Amino acid sequence: MDTERSVVPAIRDALVAACPVVRQASPDADGIAGLVPVFVAFPASTEEASALMRVAAEHHLTVVPRGAGTGLGWGNPPSACDLVIDLQAMDQVIEHAAGDLVARVQAGATMRHLASVLASAGQQIAVDAPADATVGGVVATGTAGPRRFRYGAPRDLLIGITVVRADGVVAHSGGKVVKNVAGYDLGKLFAGSQGTLGLITEVTVRLHPLPAAVAWVTGDLSARAGAAAAVTAAAGSALVPSAVELLWTDPQAVPRVGVLLEGTPSGVAERARRMSDLLESAGAKPAPADVSWETVPEAGAPHTVARVTFWARQLGEVLDALAAAGESAGVRPAVSGPAGTGLLYACLDEGTDPDDAARFVRALRDRLSGVFSADGSGLSRGSMAVLAAPAAVRAASGAGRPVPGLHLMQAVKDQFDPGHRMCPGRFPWER
Amino acid sequence: MTAVEALVPRMREICGPVHVITDPLELRTYECDGLTSHRSVPALAVLPGTAAEVASVVAACAAAGVPFVARGSGTGLSGGALPREDGVLIVMSRMRSIVEIDPVSRRAIVEPGATNLSVSKAAAPFGLFYAPDPSSQVVCSVGGNVAENSGGAHCLKHGFTVHHVTGLQIVTPSGELTWLGDGTGVCSGYDLPGAFTGSEGTLGIVTRIVVKLMPLPEVVHLLLVAYSSTAEGGRAVSDIIGAGILPAAIEMMDALSIEAAEEAVHCNYPAGAGAVLLVELDGPAAEVEAEMATVRSLCEAAGATEIRTADDPAERAAIWAGRKAAFAAVGRISPAYIVQDGVVPRTSLGAVLAQIASLSASSGIRVANVFHAGDGNLHPLVLYDDAVPGQAEAAEEVSGAILDACLEQGGSITGEHGVGVDKSRYMPKMFGADDLDTMQLVRCAFDPASLCNPGKVFPTPRLCGEVPGHRRAPHPAVADQASGQAEIF
Repeated sequence: MDTERSVVPAIRDALVAACPVVRQASPDADGIAGLVPVFVAFPASTEEASALMRVAAEHHLTVVPRGAGTGLGWGNPPSACDLVIDLQAMDQVIEHAAGDLVARVQAGATMRHLASVLASAGQQIAVDAPADATVGGVVATGTAGPRRFRYGAPRDLLIGITVVRADGVVAHSGGKVVKNVAGYDLGKLFAGSQGTLGLITEVTVRLHPLPAAVAWVTGDLSARAGAAAAVTAAAGSALVPSAVELLWTDPQAVPRVGVLLEGTPSGVAERARRMSDLLESAGAKPAPADVSWETVPEAGAPHTVARVTFWARQLGEVLDALAAAGESAGVRPAVSGPAGTGLLYACLDEGTDPDDAARFVRALRDRLSGVFSADGSGLSRGSMAVLAAPAAVRAASGAGRPVPGLHLMQAVKDQFDPGHRMCPGRFPWER
Repeated sequence: MTAVEALVPRMREICGPVHVITDPLELRTYECDGLTSHRSVPALAVLPGTAAEVASVVAACAAAGVPFVARGSGTGLSGGALPREDGVLIVMSRMRSIVEIDPVSRRAIVEPGATNLSVSKAAAPFGLFYAPDPSSQVVCSVGGNVAENSGGAHCLKHGFTVHHVTGLQIVTPSGELTWLGDGTGVCSGYDLPGAFTGSEGTLGIVTRIVVKLMPLPEVVHLLLVAYSSTAEGGRAVSDIIGAGILPAAIEMMDALSIEAAEEAVHCNYPAGAGAVLLVELDGPAAEVEAEMATVRSLCEAAGATEIRTADDPAERAAIWAGRKAAFAAVGRISPAYIVQDGVVPRTSLGAVLAQIASLSASSGIRVANVFHAGDGNLHPLVLYDDAVPGQAEAAEEVSGAILDACLEQGGSITGEHGVGVDKSRYMPKMFGADDLDTMQLVRCAFDPASLCNPGKVFPTPRLCGEVPGHRRAPHPAVADQASGQAEIF
């Protein structure tokens, strides 16, 4: 933080002229992993957000967009933040075109508010995310829970977006129709960009009908070795699951598979019976269905979360790598996630010794690099990322494997944010 | 000697002499894609056989400052593969293998020249299929599908190409071979496969594609419903969606397109119908049976004059034949026609169809309507006789007015055919200058020299200025700065 800047009245006056609601940041309410911003602004419209961004550009302020803050802990903490732009005053569902299964929403609307508006017409946005999270935050972080298996991530439901660029220019792409290929799809770039390309102020999303009936079918494996077969059998079945989750709370515990079915009451009952048979024939014994299947691990808590993505064929090897890495580091990772889509989270709780946690990260990375070795075309079929970790763990974890298309990502960042003022340092590959 | 002529020896070295076409007569084969109203003979055509060859071809073009255009099967309907007279056409038809089917991961790896249908055929023995199914799927290439973000009748339920692509190996416009995404469907960092898909060949050339495969549905039921008017058919569509049912496809054809399809493929649709609705439901038997009953009763309530059902593959194929042949079929009833592609919110279908009818009446230009009713994607076929002076212009005017009508309803100028050369002039009607400028930032990131399929999509190119000098010390987590690779997070 540039403390000099905090006392420059010209900057404060310029921000207030752009947006009436601006306050000094407080360490408790506004700190981001120990970093305390200078100002927090609450724009009430895209125009105010644009005016703020112009002021920020003029004065070279670093900016972090914020919704409810539930996902701010994902990724590397920003290296600097002069100005937090908080979108929570832009909390309206602008339009719900029920007949078109489309909604246009301000970025600061909470998932809870949106869900309640949509439910009145028997509809939903098919993303599992914290109810307190804002729609813009969910898009910006690419948050999606179990039903990612059927409906995809926010990028798959986003059909239009309004953004404010780092230089303050307002831009739209997409529209309010589900089928549309006019122009480049900026929404794909901004979804998951974690505030590094600009500010999302409005999104238009595709909706789905609320199912009349839902059921979880749960099965316990006797050993880790059976988990892959049960998960891939469920994921590959024609019973159309909405989620295929794996929960393996402890290397000593037995893995549990959960399959979500949605549909008509009679259809779901019949499919649940058949799915139960399918799991049983894959070696999973029926288990009580009262497990709470989490959306995604909580961000920002002082724990370590590693995300492993993989092709389903390699699930068994991924589980072996997790177990071996845990053993070698002397830690017991809790593993969970939408394994049917090739995604798992490994969490170490906050009591874990930072050295042990770092050792786990390094051991897991080593083992996975063997599992994901590149084929003849250069394709590595999986990756691992440390989503969240205490600073000490991050510092001791070392560098990871390369990701594909890196220099193109850098080029995109340079074009959208040439001054590197949007969430600087969020991605370590910034140049 | 032109810059392109100077490239010929190098191209022969890269691709082999027989795969470099310089003969003017042979080059004419490639003068247009499926949009035949725009023609331009490329200065040179090359047919590389491997990703490495594509990379070398592009690098040679980049070094010489020569523009290049990639072409798949040439079925595109917006001129996206229209060659440049001063450039090289890179034809992907030799790269058509299905590299791998991984049934457990439900993924296929294919080369860009592979036909759309060949993916589903290769996946079928494993009980899987590739969902996007443009009507041209027998011939269109997956690489072209990626460029255009192709849809098809079944994208209502199953999504577009972008929802099924999880990894792309591309040659960048500077000639570098790289992967975007790793096939898992989760991106570390920016979603470059998502940004690339639908960029109409302007961000690079795809050399390998990872797609999702889906389990074949347990049952598929197709309903053919006849109505006396498209308005009644439209009501049925709204009622089905309103009931919370998401069919795999809902298609509608009006009287004129039914007549054309009948002449072309003898599809035996109900005689004299004002509209035919095709509703396909797929999924687990236990769900589809219940949905089928609801759909049937909603269709009846909307005034159906006849309902037929088709449950086995042969019956369904016979019914679909009429719909899939519709574009070509209007050639039977009109010497020339324009295939339009516009989108409106589903609930505005009735209003826009009425507008099209009045445009047709006032201009004397016939319009046959074929559309993906479930997602509001219209394909009006504007019929004219090019032997009659002024008719082509009048048809073009009607066609443009239909797009205006779509935009007035909050829709789009293209749902699946792309912008290409055909619609770049309409882009400013849908997007503001700032919107177009921002989209072109992506172009500048991938193709600062603007050599990759230039002149498509955007009405005015953006000059990609130098990025202001911004350099920071390497982050500690950057593994290997020299090779430009590092970890995300």
